[in-house]
Amino acid sequence: MRNIIKFLIILFLVLNSKSFAAENTAKFLETDWTFKGLFGKFDRASLQRGYQVYTEVCASCHSMKYLSYRNLSEKGGPEFSEAEAKAIAASFEVTDGPDSTGEMFTRPAKLSDKFVMPYANDEEAKSANGGAYPPDMSVLVKARKGGADYVYSLLLGYEDPPSGIKLDDGVYYNKYMYGNKIKMPNPLSDDLVEYSDGTKATQEQMAKDVVNFLMWSAEPHLETRHKTGFRVISYLIILTVLVYFSMKKIWSRVESKV
Amino acid sequence: MSDHEYTPSSKFGKWFNDRLPLLSLVNHLTDYPTPKNLNYWWTFGGILTFCLITQIVTGLVLAMHYIAHVDHAFSSVEHIMRDVNYGWLLRYVHANGASMFFLAVYIHIFRALFYGSYKAPREIIWIIGIIIYLLMMAAAFMGYVLPWGQMSFWGATVITNLFSAIPLVGESITTWLWGGYSVDNPTLTRFFTLHYLLPFLILGLVVLHIWALHVPGNNNPVGIDIKKPSKDTVPFHPYIVIKDAFALLMFLIVFAMFVFYSPNVLGHADNYIEANPLVTPAHIVPEWYLLPFYAILRSVPDKLMGVIAMLSAILILAALPWLDTSKIRSAVFRPLYKQFYWILVADVLILGYVGAMPAEGLYLLIARIGTIYYFAHFLIILPVLGLKEKTLPLPLSITEPVLGGSPNFATARDKVEKIS
Repeated sequence: MRNIIKFLIILFLVLNSKSFAAENTAKFLETDWTFKGLFGKFDRASLQRGYQVYTEVCASCHSMKYLSYRNLSEKGGPEFSEAEAKAIAASFEVTDGPDSTGEMFTRPAKLSDKFVMPYANDEEAKSANGGAYPPDMSVLVKARKGGADYVYSLLLGYEDPPSGIKLDDGVYYNKYMYGNKIKMPNPLSDDLVEYSDGTKATQEQMAKDVVNFLMWSAEPHLETRHKTGFRVISYLIILTVLVYFSMKKIWSRVESKV
Repeated sequence: MSDHEYTPSSKFGKWFNDRLPLLSLVNHLTDYPTPKNLNYWWTFGGILTFCLITQIVTGLVLAMHYIAHVDHAFSSVEHIMRDVNYGWLLRYVHANGASMFFLAVYIHIFRALFYGSYKAPREIIWIIGIIIYLLMMAAAFMGYVLPWGQMSFWGATVITNLFSAIPLVGESITTWLWGGYSVDNPTLTRFFTLHYLLPFLILGLVVLHIWALHVPGNNNPVGIDIKKPSKDTVPFHPYIVIKDAFALLMFLIVFAMFVFYSPNVLGHADNYIEANPLVTPAHIVPEWYLLPFYAILRSVPDKLMGVIAMLSAILILAALPWLDTSKIRSAVFRPLYKQFYWILVADVLILGYVGAMPAEGLYLLIARIGTIYYFAHFLIILPVLGLKEKTLPLPLSITEPVLGGSPNFATARDKVEKIS
């Protein structure tokens, strides 16, 4: 039996570590994510700042089509007040309709509206970005090997190309990008945004905040998941111990060890 | 089934049982004499039943919210993850549940290989098991296609394209499977339908699997035939029930660790990118539990031969009861077989590893050696070993694990019969 427990634990660890073993790209930058670990939670203030970076910088090219403005005030997220979320929504225009005369019209967005997209369609997005499609960022962190660490590193991984590598116009060198060539110019620079809470907007700070925000957008229920997980596993462990002693008692009637 | 005639104690019970012997069945299941020396590797049958039920229940609720259409599949999965109450939990349990299901089935299969559980008189149990395993692979593959991510689409394209290797009719079969000239909406809707159907077929086969098991009764770690019921056996309830429950709970702890703390580690990141027929991912890899067979497929240079090799690798298992010529079941008494058994385990793990790597250079060479060894194990080593191996003397019974000085299974059995 001890063998089986050992086996299952080793298996869990091995399967968890395999994902990064394969690729030999540059080692990702590390930072102290608050959402990792048994009780990992998001840093609210960082999520709010991250939203600001997204909306002022990223949103000019990247959509987030699976998010609604109501999500911004929901529990476990940036937790803007409902009034703030309404004000944020109202600052965007959406097309609605048709009205009673059959005409489409525009109105300020409501909480129930999805995030307004920067381009009308994929083709427009591509033609505005030199043929490269800026990926939707709703689940971007989960869609990249290395997750949050990867996106964080990428945002800080721009550098001059090593001698011998020639880059075409509109192509940039990034040491964490697959193949090192990326069509997105370095999006962040110090003091690009002005944080309302007084945090200094260094490049690292903005990268961390926006990746926090992207992690939340990819896993909006992460906090509930961690909380539920701890309860479920605690319950299972207690039950397992109780069942173990019941089993010992029952099996003591036969002269065989379990 | 060796149970005595059962009569319910109540009058109504007797009236009902005469018309539908449901109470007799319950009585058979609770009294079912089980060898008392079963170790924890035997608890995976119960764990697998639990896995199947979990997949069916979570799948049922997911199907209420999922939309099988190329334009909506990906976003309906996101809808489940974001807006459906506990949708994230249902989906993560279902997705990780598939991996846990395969983990348990591999342990179950390798337990049977070690203790010779496939040998007479249990061949039918074993063959039904292989069919269940095949259906599981089909169900898992089609389930992986449903979220309509990049790996879904390209995995479906690669696997369905295998059929085009069939001479003459291959192309037509592929078109027929797709319902068109590429993997598209008709493919998705039929995969969804079949993904919904297969678990119920599996459930039916599981009933047959257990029925067939209850005829000869369980094999056991010593691998000898035992008299049932006797002092070598215990009734299924409460002894085996409580032991299975304990093992299941330990399994659930590992399951929960994946679901709540690393729900995406067993999946591929590319599957969070919506399917795009115009962009091919850098590496197309199947889920981890199919990797050894994927390695076998790619190790053969010819496409048709590769497909045949891959299918044979699974189907060869069905012939195992006849390929293994040894009369001794348990590897405990087969010192040479025991070593070859562990080499086979290592071989399958290595094949799984190279299946995840690009098929080139050293990896390809290892995959080829691994493939050849895999087939050699079943086609050469097992038949020869059964005839040549000098096995250890078998005990006469479980309760008297005295080495009776009899190297021969049949003599040992005769002795047991004489004694009892």
